[in-house]
Amino acid sequence: MQLLTPTGHRITVPEEARSPGPDLPTGADPPVSKPRRADPPGGEPTAADIDLPAHVADLTADDLVGLYRDMTLVRRLDEEATSLQRQGELGLWASLRGQEAAQVGSGRALGPHDMAFPSYREHGVAWCRGVDPAAILAIFRGASLGGWAPAEHGFALYSIVVGSQTLHATGYAMGMARDGSDGAAIVYFGDGASSEGDVNEAFGWAGVFGAPLVFFCQNNQWAISEPTRRQSRTEIFHRASGFGFPSVRVDGNDVLACLAVTRWALARARSGRGPVLVEAVTYRMGAHTTADDPTRYRSAAELDAWRRRDPLDRMRAYLSADGLLDEDRERRIALEADTLAHDLRARCTTMPDPAPTSLFDHVQVADNELVSTQRAAFTAQFGADGEDGWRDGPPGPNRPNGPNGNGRKGGLVAGEARVSEEAW
Amino acid sequence: MTSQAVISGEQHGRPGPHDQSAGAGDGGPSPADRPAAAGATTAAAPITMAKALNLGLHAAMAADPKVIVMGEDVGTLGGVFRVTDGLQREFGEARVIDTPLAESAIIGTAIGLAMRGYRPVCEIQFDGFVYPAFDQIVSQLAKLHYRSAGRIRLPVTIRIPFGGGIGAVEHHSESPEAYFCHTAGLKVVACSNPADAHHMIQQAVRSDDPVIFLEPKRRYWEKGTVDARPLAELPPGAASDLHASVVVRTGTDATLVGYGPTVRTCLDAAEVSDADDARSLEVIDLRSLSPLDLGPVLASVRRTGRLVVVHEAPSNVSVSAEVAARVTEEAFYSLESPVLRVTGFDTPYPPARLEDHYLPDVDRILDAVDRSFAY
Repeated sequence: MQLLTPTGHRITVPEEARSPGPDLPTGADPPVSKPRRADPPGGEPTAADIDLPAHVADLTADDLVGLYRDMTLVRRLDEEATSLQRQGELGLWASLRGQEAAQVGSGRALGPHDMAFPSYREHGVAWCRGVDPAAILAIFRGASLGGWAPAEHGFALYSIVVGSQTLHATGYAMGMARDGSDGAAIVYFGDGASSEGDVNEAFGWAGVFGAPLVFFCQNNQWAISEPTRRQSRTEIFHRASGFGFPSVRVDGNDVLACLAVTRWALARARSGRGPVLVEAVTYRMGAHTTADDPTRYRSAAELDAWRRRDPLDRMRAYLSADGLLDEDRERRIALEADTLAHDLRARCTTMPDPAPTSLFDHVQVADNELVSTQRAAFTAQFGADGEDGWRDGPPGPNRPNGPNGNGRKGGLVAGEARVSEEAW
Repeated sequence: MTSQAVISGEQHGRPGPHDQSAGAGDGGPSPADRPAAAGATTAAAPITMAKALNLGLHAAMAADPKVIVMGEDVGTLGGVFRVTDGLQREFGEARVIDTPLAESAIIGTAIGLAMRGYRPVCEIQFDGFVYPAFDQIVSQLAKLHYRSAGRIRLPVTIRIPFGGGIGAVEHHSESPEAYFCHTAGLKVVACSNPADAHHMIQQAVRSDDPVIFLEPKRRYWEKGTVDARPLAELPPGAASDLHASVVVRTGTDATLVGYGPTVRTCLDAAEVSDADDARSLEVIDLRSLSPLDLGPVLASVRRTGRLVVVHEAPSNVSVSAEVAARVTEEAFYSLESPVLRVTGFDTPYPPARLEDHYLPDVDRILDAVDRSFAY
C-alpha cells in the first residue's frame, strides 16, 4: 500500500493493512491512497486528473513533522479527555481516535479566510483552527454550549443534531460568494449523516447555487452501531454525481493525502467552480462516545486491522524512513503532548461552574420580559450564586439539597451513573 | 394603536378599530386585489394586507442591502399569494431567490447567510409545510445566539401564511404558532390588518432576533388604509412596537383577545353584541405571541373582570392557555368569572367543507361571553 507523499517519496504499510475495510464488500478495493473519483455530469475533468503530489510539494521537512506533531498532540488531548470523563470530570466525550489524519490533513489545508463547520468530533480540526481545547472540554463538562468565537477562528460551533450543519455551511458559503470572499467553506459530517435529509438538501443547494463549499465526509465505518452499508447502497462519494458536482475518495488515514485533496478541493471551490465532496475513508478506533460499548457490534479483528493502519504510525514510519524524525525530536513532541495534557487536565478540573444566573443570558438579543422576570425571581430565591435559598428553613429530607438528595451539581455525571446502575 | 392607519373607526360605531373592509370577505385570492409591482402608494388609498406586506418588504429591501428574500416561488411568480410580487424585478435574482423545494434548507441556509451578515426573509409557502424545517427553526435558529454566548446573531424572518378559512386542501389551513411560542429564542408575531402588516414586517426584518411572522391568509385581501412611508420616515409613535398588544376596540363589560385572523372575528362579535345585548366588549389584538405583551390585557381585565381568548389553533397547550394562566396569576382578584376560550377544536384541521364549524365565529364568541356573564 502506497502512501501519497511528496513526489518521489514512497512508503509501504504492512500487508495485513491491505485487507478490505470491514464495510467494503468482499473483493472491493480497500481504501487506498490514490484517490478515486466520481465524475460529474458533463465529463468535467476532476479528481483523476489532479496532480495531488503537487498540492503538497511545497511542504518542508518542518511542515511534515508539524503534521505529525499535530496528530500526536490531538491524540494526546483526546486520551486525556477520555480519562477525564472516566474520572467524572466530563459528562461525556466523543473520541476522534483514528481520525487524526483526516482532521489534521483537512484542517491544515484551510486558510485564514476559510470557514469550517464541524459536527461534534472535530477536535483535530478545532486544534488546527486555534480553538482552545479547554473550550471543547467545557462543552462535554456541561459548563458551556459553545465557548469560542466562530468568526475569530473560522470554526463554527459544534453541531450535535446530525447533518444540520451542512445547511449552515451551504448558506454561509453562498454568502461568501456574494461577498466576493477569497475563502471557501468546509463542512464535516460522517457516513451516518449522509443519510440525513439536511445533508441531501445541502448537496442539492450547494450544487444548484455553485456554493464554494467542500463537503468533507469522514467515513469512519460506524454510526454508533450501524455500519456504513446500512446508510447507503452506493459508495458515499458516488452520491455527488447525482447532485452534479465532483467527488473524491481519499485514504483518510493518510494525512498527506487528506491535506492534498482538501487543498485541491478548497482551491477549486474558491475559484468559483462550486462544491466538492471528499470522502475520507477512516475508522473510529474508539467508542462512539464514552457512553458507547463498541464490543457489542464490531469485532476485535476488525479493530486490529484498522489499528495496523493507524494514521500516526504511518506518518511516523514515513518520516523516520526519510530521516525527518529522530528519537530526540519524537521525544520532544511526546513531552510537549504530555505537558499539553497536564495543563488541560488542570484547567478542566479547576474549571468553575458558570454563574447560575448566566443560564438566563443571551436567550435573545432583545430583552425578554419573561426571562428577566424569571431571572429576578431566581435571584430573589437563591441569590446570584444560586446557593442561598430555603430562607424559610432548612431543606426537607427529600428536597434536592436535603440529606437524601443528589445535589444540584454534577447532574449529568450523576445522572449517567444512575442510569447505568439501574439499567444493568 | 397605529394612529396613522386608523381612518374609519366610525364604521364600527366606536372609535378605535382598524379599517377592515368587510366586503373583502373570506374568499380566496382575487385577481383584482392582487398587488401590482411594488411602488409608491399614497397614504389615502385602502390596500390589501397582501399589498401592505409587499410594500413593507419592498421598503425593508430598499433600506438595507443585506436583506434578501428566499423561498419557493417567491421570485418569478411573486409568491403563491403574490406577497413578493415585483420584488425580484426590482431587486434582482440575487436578492429574491427562488429556492429548491426544501424547507429545512430554506431555514438552514438562511442561518448560514445570517452568520455571514445577511438578513434573510424566508417564506414558508403554507403553514403545514413548515414542519420539515422544524429542527432548523427550533434547534438551530432559536438556539445559536444562546449557544454562542451572544456571539452569533441570526436576524432571520420566517413568513408563514397561516390559518384556515379559504377552502383549502389539507396542510394549508393550520395554526402552528404554539410550537414556536414554546421555544426560547424565537419571537412570534401575527398581523391582523394591512397597516400593522406593513409596519410589522419591516420591524421583524430589522429585529436582530429570529422572528416567526404569521400572516392570516384569509385576511390577505381585506383592505385598510396604510401609511406607506418607510418605517424610518414615520413620526415617533406612529407605528406600535412589534411586540406590543393593542386595544383595537374599547369596551367596558368584557374583554375579547385575539390575534391574526380572529381579531376581525372578535370585532364583528363586539359589533353584534353592541347591537343585540347592549354589552360593550373590548377587543385586544395581541399582535405578539412571543413575547406576550399582557399589560393591556391585564389593564382591560381589571376593568371588565371578564376575558375570552379567541384563536384558530387548538386549545390544548396553546396561546390562550398561556394567556389564561398568566391573567389568573396576575389579576385573580379582578376576575368575575374564569377565563374562557374559543378556539379550534383539538382535532386535525378538518376538510374544508367543515371548516366553518371548526373556526371560531361570532356565535361561539358571544356564547362564551354569555357563559362568562352566567357565572
